[in-house]
Amino acid sequence: MTVLTVAEHRRGELRDVSLELLTAGRELADATGGELHTAVIGGDVEAFAERLNRVGVDAIHTVDEGEEFNHDVYTQVVTQLVEAVDPDLLVMPNSVNGLDYAPAVASRLDWPLVTDVVDLGYDDELTATRELYGSKVETTIDVHADRAAVTVRPAEWPVAEGSGDATVESFDADIDESAVRSTVTGFEEVGGGDVDITDADVLVSVGRGIEEEENLDMIFDLAETLDATVSASRPLIDNNWLEKDRQVGQSGSVVTPDVYIAIGISGAVQHVAGMKGSDTIVAINTDPNAPIFDIADYGIQDDLFDVVPALIEEFGG
Amino acid sequence: MKILVTVKEVAHVDDEFEIDGLGIDDRYVTYDLNEWDDYAVEAAVQIQEAGDDVEVVAVTIGDADTEDTIRQALAKGADRAIRVWDDALADAGLLDPETKARLIAAVAAEEDPDLVLTGVQSADDGFGATGVTLAEHLGFEWGAVVNALDLDREAGIAHVHRELEGSVEELTDVELPAVLTIQTGINEPRYASLRGIRQAQSKELAEYSLSDLDLTPADVESSLEQTDLYEPESESEATVFEGSAEETASELAGLLREKGVGS
Ligand SMILES: Cc1cc2nc3c(=O)[nH]c(=O)nc-3n(C[C@H](O)[C@H](O)[C@H](O)COP(=O)(O)OP(=O)(O)OC[C@H]3O[C@@H](n4cnc5c(N)ncnc54)[C@H](O)[C@@H]3O)c2cc1C
Ligand SMILES: Nc1ncnc2c1ncn2[C@@H]1O[C@H](COP(=O)(O)O)[C@@H](O)[C@H]1O
Repeated sequence: MTVLTVAEHRRGELRDVSLELLTAGRELADATGGELHTAVIGGDVEAFAERLNRVGVDAIHTVDEGEEFNHDVYTQVVTQLVEAVDPDLLVMPNSVNGLDYAPAVASRLDWPLVTDVVDLGYDDELTATRELYGSKVETTIDVHADRAAVTVRPAEWPVAEGSGDATVESFDADIDESAVRSTVTGFEEVGGGDVDITDADVLVSVGRGIEEEENLDMIFDLAETLDATVSASRPLIDNNWLEKDRQVGQSGSVVTPDVYIAIGISGAVQHVAGMKGSDTIVAINTDPNAPIFDIADYGIQDDLFDVVPALIEEFGG
Repeated sequence: MKILVTVKEVAHVDDEFEIDGLGIDDRYVTYDLNEWDDYAVEAAVQIQEAGDDVEVVAVTIGDADTEDTIRQALAKGADRAIRVWDDALADAGLLDPETKARLIAAVAAEEDPDLVLTGVQSADDGFGATGVTLAEHLGFEWGAVVNALDLDREAGIAHVHRELEGSVEELTDVELPAVLTIQTGINEPRYASLRGIRQAQSKELAEYSLSDLDLTPADVESSLEQTDLYEPESESEATVFEGSAEETASELAGLLREKGVGS
C-alpha cells in the first residue's frame, strides 16, 4: 500500500513526531510492498524537507502555504494531496494540531479514522491497536475499508534515521480562501511564576489521589524533609490548588530530575510525556494496574495516606 | 443564541477488574459525566448567564441508563436535554466519532445552534475526534483543545486559546457558527445545587430514535470493528517494595538516602 504521512512543525521547528510517523509508515509500506510519501505544509518547507529525507522515504511533497499551522488550510491541502498521491493509508500525528485537522480530513474524504494508535498491522486489512480506560486495557480494531486514516501516538515509534534519497516535489494547492474561517493571531507562553520544576534534582509529584486541597500540606512536608520541590499532575492545576508552573506533562513542563516520586498519579500518556526522562522514578499508588508502574523503577502499591506519613517519619520529620 | 453542548457518560474501571468479551465486566465499572464535558457544560452555562436570550441544550447518545448523567447537565444549568438512542445502536458495533458525529449532526440540523461545545476527549474511549468530525458534518468552523473562550456575539467571532504542547497557547479567532472542543481547566465547573437538582427533574428531556432523526440503521454502521480487548503485557521492570506502609517507607527511605536524597 502507498502510505502518506503529514509532518508537523511549529514556530520554525520540525517536531519529532514527524520523523516517528515515517517509521510507522515505512513499516506498513514494507509489509505491503508499497511506497512511503510524506508531506510538509507551510513554513520553511525546503529546510523541513531536508530533515524529512530519511532512509526509506520515497517522496516528499512540499506545500508552500503559510508560515504556521491553520487547520482550514491543512484540511484543504491534505485532501488535495490525497487526490494527487492516491495513498491507501494516511498517517497523521495524534498531537493537539493533529486532532485539529485529521478528523476533518478523514470525514471530508469519507475514510474511516482511528485515533491515538499505538500499533499498526496489516494482514489483508488494516488493524490498529489503541488503549482504553486510561491505558488499563488495549483493544484491536479491524478496519473494513480499502482506504483509511490514522493518528499515531507521539513517542510510540522511534524517529526515522539516516539520510535518504527521496524525490522532493513542490505541490501547488488550490486554497479556497472563503473556506478559511479561522485566523491564528499569535502565540502565548504560559507559566512563569516563582518555581522552576525543571531545575530541581528531586521532585515530589502529586496527583488526584491526594483527594483534597488540605492534604497537600503533607506533600509539602515531605518535600521539605527531602529538600525537594513539589510538582503535580494536571487535575491539581485545573482545580487551582497549585500554580501552573508546577504542572508536569505534555501541556506543562518536561522534567528530568535525578529522582521523581509520583504520588497518587495514574501515569496518563500526557503526564508521562513530561517525566519519563527522569533518572529514577518512584511510584506510590494503590492501583497495581496503574500505567505509572510501567515506567517506574521502584513502586509501592499502597495507600499514600499511610506511606507518606511513614516516609516523613523515616526522615525524622 | 443557542448553544448545544454534548455530554457523554463515561465508564471508570476499578483497580481490580475482569474482561468480559469485548468489554469490562459491569461489576467493576462505575459511570459518571465525562470530566471534559463538565467543563464544556460550565462554559455554556457561563455564556447563558452572562448574555440575554441564550439557550443551552445538552445532547447525549446513550441508552436509558445514561439519563442520570444528562440530568447532571440540567442540574448545572442547561435548559433542556436530548437523548439519542436506538436498539440499532446497540447492535451497530463500534460507536466511533464518525458515527457519533452523524447522530449529533442530525440533532443539530433540527436545533440550528450558533455554537456547539464538546469535550476534548472522552475519558474512556479517548478518541478525541468527535467534535471536529461534527464540525465537518455541519459545515461549521471549529477549534480543538480550547482552554480560553471569549465570545463576541456581535462580530460573530469566538476568540479562543488552543492549548498546544509545552506550555504554549495558540490565539485564534474562529468564525461562528462553530464547534469548540473544551479542555479541562478552562473554568471551575460548579457543583449542582440542591435546587438545581430539583429543577432538573422538571426540565424537558426529549428522546430521539434513529427514525425520529430521519436516519436508518445503515447510517450508523461503522467500518471499524473491535476484535479484541485485553490487558497489555506489563512492561514494568519496577522493583516493588512489599510489606506494611512502615516497611515499604523504610525501604524507600533507604533507597533515597543511597541516592543522596534527604540526608
Ligand atoms: C490535550 C491534553 C493534554 C494534557 N496534558 C496533561 C499534562 O500536561 N499533565 C498531566 O498530568 N495531565 C495532562 N492531561 C490529562 C491526563 O490525560 C490525565 O487526565 C491526568 O494526567 C490524570 O492525572 P492524575 O494521574 O493525577 O489523576 P487520575 O488519572 O485520576 O489518577 C489518580 C491516581 O491516584 C491513585 N490513587 C487514588 N487514591 C490513592 C491513594 N489513597 N493512595 C495512592 N494512590 C491513590 C489512583 O489509583 C490513580 O491511579 C492532558 C490531557 C489532554 C487531553
Ligand atoms: N455518546 C456521546 N454522546 C454525546 N456526546 C459524546 C458522546 N461521545 C463523545 N461525545 C462528545 O465528544 C467529545 C469527544 O469524545 P471522543 O471523540 O469520543 O473522545 C466528548 O467529550 C463529548 O462531548
